[in-house]
Amino acid sequence: MDLENQRRIKEAAEKYGAENLIVMIGGAEAESAGLAAETVTSGDPTYAGPLTGVALGLTFYHAVEPEFKESVDPDVYDDQIGMMEMVLDVDSLVEEMNSIRGAS
Amino acid sequence: MAIDWTDKKVVIIGDRDGIPGEAVEECLANTPAEVVFSSTECFV
Repeated sequence: MDLENQRRIKEAAEKYGAENLIVMIGGAEAESAGLAAETVTSGDPTYAGPLTGVALGLTFYHAVEPEFKESVDPDVYDDQIGMMEMVLDVDSLVEEMNSIRGAS
Repeated sequence: MAIDWTDKKVVIIGDRDGIPGEAVEECLANTPAEVVFSSTECFV
């Protein structure tokens, strides 16, 4: 994850409280999405950014997960995300997100 | 189970080749969620 974004997430967690923050991830592949999810839960696994060793334990979702899809306007979702939903490997993304949740 | 957006702050880490931040932001526009910041990263 971009180092500046790590810094902004850390600031947001401190300002609003981790329990009030949700991170939405749009990564194209399971690996990159998983890295982002891991970064905002147990810390930057690449040891590169401000979240190195910082376990924020934030709640996160990928934009193609059913929890997110079911919580927003279906027409807007279809319009904004519908096409990419057909292109991305949704099963792998969901599996990776659940894997990170299980580990955190 | 759908996400309860009440009193939630959201940060968006989008992906140019996946789901851009703007797309997620549009989806959240009709929810009680407040977007703190939105970003679209790209990997080269």
